Amino acid sequence: MATEQQKQKQKEYEKYVKEITPTHSLPLNMAKAFLTGGLICVIGQWILNFAKNRGLDQEMAGSWCSLILILLSVILTGLNLYPKIGKFGGAGALVPITGFANSVAASAIEYKAEGQVFGIGCKIFTIAGPVILYGIMSSWFLGLIYYILKAIGVFV
Amino acid sequence: MNLPKQQGASSVALARPVFIQSAASIAGKKEGEGPLGNCFDMICEDPLFGTDTWEAAESTMQKEAALLAIGKAGLKPEEIRMVFAGDLLAQSIASSFGIAEMGIPFYGLYGACSTMGESLSLGAMAVAAGYGDHILCATSSHFASAEKEFRYPLGYGCQRPLSSTWTVTGSGACVLAAEPPSFTTDGDAMPLRQGRFCAAVTEITAGRLVDFGLKDSLNMGGCMAPAACDTIYQHFFDFGRAPSDYDAIVTGDLGMIGQKILLDLLDKKNIDIRQIHQDCGLLIFDSHTQDTHSGGSGCGCAAVVLCAHLLPNILSGKWKRILFVPTGAMLSKVSFNEGTPVAGIAHAVVIEQKQVS
Repeated sequence: MATEQQKQKQKEYEKYVKEITPTHSLPLNMAKAFLTGGLICVIGQWILNFAKNRGLDQEMAGSWCSLILILLSVILTGLNLYPKIGKFGGAGALVPITGFANSVAASAIEYKAEGQVFGIGCKIFTIAGPVILYGIMSSWFLGLIYYILKAIGVFV
Repeated sequence: MNLPKQQGASSVALARPVFIQSAASIAGKKEGEGPLGNCFDMICEDPLFGTDTWEAAESTMQKEAALLAIGKAGLKPEEIRMVFAGDLLAQSIASSFGIAEMGIPFYGLYGACSTMGESLSLGAMAVAAGYGDHILCATSSHFASAEKEFRYPLGYGCQRPLSSTWTVTGSGACVLAAEPPSFTTDGDAMPLRQGRFCAAVTEITAGRLVDFGLKDSLNMGGCMAPAACDTIYQHFFDFGRAPSDYDAIVTGDLGMIGQKILLDLLDKKNIDIRQIHQDCGLLIFDSHTQDTHSGGSGCGCAAVVLCAHLLPNILSGKWKRILFVPTGAMLSKVSFNEGTPVAGIAHAVVIEQKQVS
C-alpha cells in the first residue's frame, strides 16, 4: 500500500531527524533541577521553621510558607528573573509551587494588553489550567476510592 | 522585452529583469548585537518600538521599514502601486495594521517564514507583467509576538530544546521596479545602485508544500529542510542548471539542524551545494554567544539578511547570481495541538547583478 510505504518513510525520516538533533545532557539537567528545586525547598523549609519558632502551629506555618514562596515567584516573574531560573533549573523550577505561580503570573502579564476580561480573565490559566483541572479531578477520584474502601471496611 | 516564460513545472523566467530599487532593514537589539549588526539600516533598542503591545510594535516596525525603503528609492508612498506583505501573526495583523496607515493598495500574504520569498515572487511577476511601476514587498517578525502566538508567555520559565530557533525581531522591505534605479542624491534617497551595477530579480520557482510527517514544531529546521530540498531541486531541473551556476544558495531559516538535513537530502539527489550554501538563520546570530540554539527564524530573518547582507554583496560584485530560498513551516497552535504534521514550504528567487548604462 502506498500509505503504508509513506508511513514507513515518515518514520525513517523522524528517526533520522532525531539522530542528528542535539539534546540537553540529561545528567547535567537532572543535577541542575536537583539544585534549583532543592534550593527552593530549603527556602520553604526555612520559612516554615521560622514561622513555627514564632509560635505558629504546623498548618498556619505551612500556609505562610506557600504564600511567601508564591509571592517571591510572582515578584521574580515580574522582574523577568524567573524565566532565567526556569531555563537553568528546568523541572526543578517548574515543579515546586513557585513554578505554578510563575505560569499564572507570566500569563497575566502577557495577556494584560487584551483586557481584564478576555485577556487576563480568559487566559490567566492558559498554562496552569490543566494542572488545576486534572489535579482536582484526580483528588476527587482518590476521595471516591477512599469512600468505597471505607464503606466496605478496609479503612476503619 | 522577452515574452514571459513558464519554465519547467513550477518556475518562471521573468519577461524582463525586475530591479530592486531599494532595500531597508530594521532589527531589534539582539539582532543588532549579532554578526550582521553593522549592516542594518536601523536598530531599535526598545522592543516595544514606542507602543504598548507586541503586535503594535511589530506593525510599527514594518511600517517604518516600508517607509524607509520607499524613501531610499526616492519615492513617496502614493507612488507605490501595490504592496505584498505578510508576517507570522494570526490573520497577518502586523502587516495589515502597519501598511494600512500608508493608504497603498495592499495584498496580505501568509507564507510563514518564507513570506519574503513569496512577496518578492509575486511582486516581481506583477512588475514584469507591467501591472505596477513600483511595488513594495515587506515582511516582519517579532520575537515576543511570535512567542505569544505560537508558544508560551515570555515570563514563563521553561527550557527551550536545542533544536529550537530564535525568532528574529526585524523587518525588511524592498521596492521593485521595471526600471533600474537612477543616481539621485536628493533628500534621503539611497537607491540600490553602485556605479553601473544594480540587483535584479530574474527568475522564480514557486514552492510546494512538502510534508514529511514531522510533528515537532520546535524542530522547524527538520520540518522545512525537505521543502527547501524540493524547491532547489525543482529549480535546477526546471532551468537545467547546476549548483556551479550560482555564487551562493541562501536558505531562509533552516538553522544548524535544517542545514545538515538539506545537505544530506540533496546528496541523495546527487546535488552538492556544500561550498555555496548559506542560511540566513545562521548568519544573523552567533549561536555560541547569543544562546539562540539552532539559529534565527521568522519572516524577518530572511528579510533583514536579504536587505542588509545579501543585496549589498550582490551590488559589490562578490556574488553575480544567487538563489534566495526563504523557508517556512506551515502550522498554527491549533494544528499543532490537533497533532497535524508540520508541512514546509520554500520559494526560490534568483537575484542577479545587472550592469546598466
